[in-house]
Amino acid sequence: MKPILKIRDLKKNYQDLDGEVEALGGINLDVYEGELLSIVGPSGCGKTSLLSVLSNLENKSDGSIELGKETIKIGYMLQKDALFPWRTILENCLIGLEIQHNLTEETKNRVIQLLNTYGLGDFMNKYPSSLSGGMKQRVALIRTLAIDPDILFLDEPFSALDYLTRIYLSEDVYNIIKKEGKTAILVTHDLAEAVSLSDRVAVLSKRPAVVKKVYTINIPNKSTPIKNRKRKEFQHYYDLIWRDLDAHI
Amino acid sequence: MPTYSEEHKTFLKKRRRKKIIILICQFLIILFFLSLWEIASKTGIINSFLSSSPSQVVNTFISLLKQNNLWNHVYITVYETLISFVIASVLGFGIASLLWWFPTLAKVVDPYLTVLNSLPKVALGPLIIIWIGANMNSIIFMALMISLFITIINIYNGFQLVDYYYITLLKTLNASKRQIFQKLIVPSNKNIIINCLKVNISMSLIGVIMGELLVSKEGLGYLIMYGSQVFNINLVITSVVILAVVAYLMYLVISFIEKKIVQSK
Repeated sequence: MKPILKIRDLKKNYQDLDGEVEALGGINLDVYEGELLSIVGPSGCGKTSLLSVLSNLENKSDGSIELGKETIKIGYMLQKDALFPWRTILENCLIGLEIQHNLTEETKNRVIQLLNTYGLGDFMNKYPSSLSGGMKQRVALIRTLAIDPDILFLDEPFSALDYLTRIYLSEDVYNIIKKEGKTAILVTHDLAEAVSLSDRVAVLSKRPAVVKKVYTINIPNKSTPIKNRKRKEFQHYYDLIWRDLDAHI
Repeated sequence: MPTYSEEHKTFLKKRRRKKIIILICQFLIILFFLSLWEIASKTGIINSFLSSSPSQVVNTFISLLKQNNLWNHVYITVYETLISFVIASVLGFGIASLLWWFPTLAKVVDPYLTVLNSLPKVALGPLIIIWIGANMNSIIFMALMISLFITIINIYNGFQLVDYYYITLLKTLNASKRQIFQKLIVPSNKNIIINCLKVNISMSLIGVIMGELLVSKEGLGYLIMYGSQVFNINLVITSVVILAVVAYLMYLVISFIEKKIVQSK
């Protein structure tokens, strides 16, 4: 299979008055179309930096990022929902299309359909303040999907939520991503989340980060994340990755 | 028509009663104050030549109306205030936007802005008169000096306080700087901008009156100054009362506009 993203020797340094911080020390990673790839690593190892560089929010210091197609549209879902309080749910979801000058009757209807499909239709004309944290994060995902991205970057999208909400929301997000057939990179510090959701898990070392190991999660008759958590293979991968991380903490 | 429970009806009744009590109290205070003033001056407890009295104020007001130049004075003051209000608001918003757009420029002018803002502008009065002349322009300029810098600083601060997280979000969507400004910076500062306008209208009025006190041939500030020069306390107090009413009316208009804007979201 041809990778949609081919990352080679990617380096990122941050400059400040005290000197230079090496965040990424040469990342090598392929991302394949349609997969859900998780990136885990010790805190502060540069997981978010990797997404920032990949999505052009920050410039890379060295290395290369090869795209599988001519252009790749990236949908970036942040840790916090960042919904604009003065816009309704629908207007919030349309902001990407507005900015990319792509707001037509057709694209708008597609977003309305997404909202309806994923249980937010009744809240379309409400303001974010009337939604719960989990619902807001779901709106944030639909806002990300609204621009019809080729690849989704999910930067710890559940970490600001309470335990129950994050379990159920991760189930929802998993279903949405698979149903829409999107490629996704999920950055998380939660190993259980990574193992239960992903097709593959990449483990980063501490700073300057390199890819220490990539696990293909092989759970026979793979099901939804909540069910995956109950399988014996889940524990197996969890322990393996845990040991990888442990050596570096 | 929804039907309300007894409890809700009592609640509404209590609310209404409270409102009426407040209104009555407000009325009684002004009535008490005016009667005290009137009685004190009639009975000679205070010197009515120095402190006037409500009836004399009413008489002066009527004679001002009859002489037919009161409206002109009010008009001139309001006109000057509105002109400087509009210039200060537009220019203030424009300059604040410019500073947001060019952060280096903002850093460069920061100390100058702070100094200009903290300088008591009335000290510039004589200079303004010498440079611009004893006319309406120098009054408007004076008012502008008073309201402009504070407008720039308040709006720019509001622009800067926008959570960087929102900007990051728009950047992930490939937004241009102009789009960030239009879709995020301005709408999220709507309340700050409206508040600024509210402060601005009173600042402009302060500036205009100050300018009129220093140099003018018309306006409420002129009336006050003229009254004091010919030792006509009735005229001074009447003008101050009219000024208070004008200021209150302008505030009401701005509040009304604010409500309309907030409602329209």
